[in-house]
Amino acid sequence: MKPILDIRHMSVFFTQYDRGLRRRRLPVIRDLTLTVEPGQIVAVVGASGSGKSLLAHAVLGLLPGNSHLEGEILYDGGPLTGSRAAALRGKEISLIPQGVTYLDPYMKVGDQLCRGKKDAKTLERCRAVLERYGLGWDCAGLYPFELSGGMARRILIAAAVLDEPRLIVADEPTPGLDARAAERILGHFRELAQGGAGMLFITHDLELALTVADKVEVFYAGETIEEASAEDFQSPGRLRHPFTKALKRAMPSGAFEPIPGAQPYPGAVTAGCPFAGQCPRCRERCRQEEIPFQNVRGGRVRCLYPEEERR
Amino acid sequence: MTLEARHVTFYYKGKKKGPVLDRFSLQVEAGERVGLKAPSGRGKTTLCRLLAGYEQPNQGEILLDGRPLRDCGSVCPVQMIWQHPETALDPLLRLGDTLAETGGLEERLKKALHIEEGWLSRFPSELSGGELQRFCLARALRPEVRFLLCDEISAMLDLVTQAQIWQFLLAEAEERSLGLLVVSHDDSLLARVCTRIVELPFPSWRIF
Repeated sequence: MKPILDIRHMSVFFTQYDRGLRRRRLPVIRDLTLTVEPGQIVAVVGASGSGKSLLAHAVLGLLPGNSHLEGEILYDGGPLTGSRAAALRGKEISLIPQGVTYLDPYMKVGDQLCRGKKDAKTLERCRAVLERYGLGWDCAGLYPFELSGGMARRILIAAAVLDEPRLIVADEPTPGLDARAAERILGHFRELAQGGAGMLFITHDLELALTVADKVEVFYAGETIEEASAEDFQSPGRLRHPFTKALKRAMPSGAFEPIPGAQPYPGAVTAGCPFAGQCPRCRERCRQEEIPFQNVRGGRVRCLYPEEERR
Repeated sequence: MTLEARHVTFYYKGKKKGPVLDRFSLQVEAGERVGLKAPSGRGKTTLCRLLAGYEQPNQGEILLDGRPLRDCGSVCPVQMIWQHPETALDPLLRLGDTLAETGGLEERLKKALHIEEGWLSRFPSELSGGELQRFCLARALRPEVRFLLCDEISAMLDLVTQAQIWQFLLAEAEERSLGLLVVSHDDSLLARVCTRIVELPFPSWRIF
């Protein structure tokens, strides 16, 4: 099927002033290739601060002014330029933002949902969408500060799906929601996907992501280090990259064991594998060579020594 | 030491619907890790705000060792870590200036939570959610602090960082015999870190 979103070799750089007038270019996303097909839910998981939200903002054309984008983003076959993104976002492409600060604090949430329109049809649609997420109509008369975390989250989701978009970029839609509400929302995402929408589901909650995703992209320090199917996570022996294994081991329902160290800062690693500092199996070659994104066992991995399959 | 909510009733002003908490009681002992669990909108965050002294209960009392919370000197020994770190910091202050209001950070904490020196000259909007949360955690762990109220503190962190933070926090709580109240929707996390789990009762009226 023709992908609805096709990102090819995208890199994002930030220009920062280091000291005085010395400028430097920080690579925050490097060589990212990713496709979303209609009806597909692609989960993006990975380290905090690895550029997952930036990916969302890049797709919507919302990157800040000091950023620079290389490579291509194709939406529905055509390049997604800044002006095209601006015309499509909120209509065909919609974002479920990460923070509840994206709500206007001075406007009642009902008015924000309806975008100021007051005709009967819009009101009816807003009422229906609120109901769908288990919020009453009385909620529409509240200001954002009067909502609980989970309620604000559901308002953000309701606002994003109101116009039945074709591509949804969900940036961490589930924290603050209890298991039942989260399941309900994921069920609704599935419905939207079955209706032909493509979805990029950015999350930390691996457990939850695995219940709906068709494909999982694992991010680390601005790179996709592994592309795996949801089934690969069911048997840990099938995962390919040591960081993906570490994620799996750190699940609270699993071993709950962290690995030492932290993700390097953008620009801190200039050569070799960014995971080298935390990798238990790092060798000399890893720190020097460019790491290719290679096909291994039906998925892809960016590692010179991918894990062997064990049963 | 004991942190106690005794028969606390609380309702937000202007809402005629009924109390968020109705004669609710809870005790957290030093060294204990209590998990708090309830569907969203039930009042978990409200309970934390009450326990930390941000709100006063309409009836009932919040007691620390049998004494009201507000008699506890300049630094409140009960600290709350918020669900959304980006709203818990002044957006117009650099992190270093925020820190200057409460005194510095211990080197040990900086190292354990991977807090870089460079962050202090940045604004909150320049750091990621996970970084801000680690900063907020370090800020809350002052030596005077006896109780930490953790309101979904790791929901925005990746699993490896979540495990790192919790292993650190558990060790810290063990060593300093801190009492923790842990709010989370993640049942497996609560089962992992808590010594007991409390569920907020269904209110006599429906919130939403």
